[in-house]
Amino acid sequence: MSMRILCIEHLKRLREEPIKIYLGGEAEVRIYSDFVAKKRRKKGYRIDELDAFLRKTRTKMEARIISSARRAGIPTPIVLDVDEETILMERINGEPLKNIMNRKLSRMVGEYTARLHTAGIIHGDITPMNLIYCDGKIYFVDFGLAFYDTRIEARGVDVHIYFESLKAYFDNWEDLRDAFVEGYLSGNFDKAEEVLDRAEEIEKRGRYVERRLAED
Amino acid sequence: MISLGIEGTAWSLSIGVVDESDVILIENDPYIPKEGGIHPREASLHHSENIGKLVRRVFSRVDPESIDVVSFSQGPGMGPCLRIVATTARALSLRLKKPLVGVNHCLAHLEVGRWKTGAKNPVTLYVSGGNSQIIARRGKNYRVFGETLDIGLGNALDKLARYMGLKHPGGPKIEELAKSGKRYYELPYTVKGMDFSFSGMVTASQKLLDEGAKKEDIAYSFQETAFAMLAEVSERAMAYLEVDELLLVGGVGANARLQTMLKKMCEERKASFYAPPKELMGDNGAMIAYLGLLMHKNGYSTKIEESTVKPDFRVEDVDVNWE
Repeated sequence: MSMRILCIEHLKRLREEPIKIYLGGEAEVRIYSDFVAKKRRKKGYRIDELDAFLRKTRTKMEARIISSARRAGIPTPIVLDVDEETILMERINGEPLKNIMNRKLSRMVGEYTARLHTAGIIHGDITPMNLIYCDGKIYFVDFGLAFYDTRIEARGVDVHIYFESLKAYFDNWEDLRDAFVEGYLSGNFDKAEEVLDRAEEIEKRGRYVERRLAED
Repeated sequence: MISLGIEGTAWSLSIGVVDESDVILIENDPYIPKEGGIHPREASLHHSENIGKLVRRVFSRVDPESIDVVSFSQGPGMGPCLRIVATTARALSLRLKKPLVGVNHCLAHLEVGRWKTGAKNPVTLYVSGGNSQIIARRGKNYRVFGETLDIGLGNALDKLARYMGLKHPGGPKIEELAKSGKRYYELPYTVKGMDFSFSGMVTASQKLLDEGAKKEDIAYSFQETAFAMLAEVSERAMAYLEVDELLLVGGVGANARLQTMLKKMCEERKASFYAPPKELMGDNGAMIAYLGLLMHKNGYSTKIEESTVKPDFRVEDVDVNWE
């Protein structure tokens, strides 16, 4: 396979000074006036084999999934260009849910998440930081850890991660969780109840490890 | 103020004595399984047979009358082990007529780490046998931002080591083997947001061993993969919370390769990396003594009738009223 490179116009634009640089968990996000460049730079802490593998596969998968989520009716930024380690996408100039979270918004996250899951997509990191409210819609912006999976377990973990992030950020997390559940159940996703049950079960795992250690 | 602390949530049995400025002593008498993993009943039997001698050893070095607070690890941990610790602590508290403070084991790791490294408000990566968590302070509580979805890293290392025919504790032996590993085998790299899981890696590694791969290479691949996962989730938590300090605590934290990787990650994002000295890294009585002292100074004490053990004690359930 030949290496994919960004078009000249985009390469030029990347030389401009970004409005903001955000150093995330695995990628550097440069925000420009009308687009965002997400670049997975080399991480010096991990060995080359693992580093190259993660950067390449994640970038490729992320670009693919952003497009298929969009086709499934979930608001996402439009992908403008991709190379081996960079994705250029439309900038969603709204407010992260982290700053404006309420019951209604959490319910909407539930609706969209059910739609993602119906399309066979697992987001992998649904948190109020990765959701942007803009023009009455909630955009899912970070598909960096997303993958395709239709198993209940994967969907359950996806929901569990959102619940955990609510717990970490908001004191009224129980209310927000209930709103999400309402939204998740509101569509016609036939596995919705099963997934929510699984999410509850997952919460209980990993917490009784001492006991399980003893049972070995 | 001088605090005595008793730790014995699992295999470790340890008493520490601290004052406000430093650790005065740590005395250990760990349970070491003859073969296989930790059996709670055997571990608690070991604790009950040896705790008396350990107390006497401590009081041959410090005057019992100098103790101001008796602290003990109330949970999380193995019920039978915790009960030995709690019983001993109650007896000492009544005998010495000094207040009792039951503390959360995980929080003790974290607070002793802050105390001895000077980290102010860090993201904490806590990795031990049974626990693997990303913890950070939010208002009046510490919260778990990410954790293992199945088993703790120490437990995963032990499982792999046992499969290779190595004895408990497996972590240091895997670390030693990994040093001469050269070939990297791809193992399931499982990170979901700030959560992660290890059991898929264990199964894949066991399979590699069955297929004849070298132990050294498996150990190397296992460490590189698992530690990279931890570095990634730690970095993600730091980015989300806009924190530029990382604190590493827990028994697995003594691993030199893990420390190197986390330090490098911090350097690359201009953050500071902290790790307490080795004797305070794994389970020890001094951390319990220190948290008991900190809590007592801030108005906490535990009545005898409230001193029941809490095998599932979560760090979020502690109200934190200190800086």
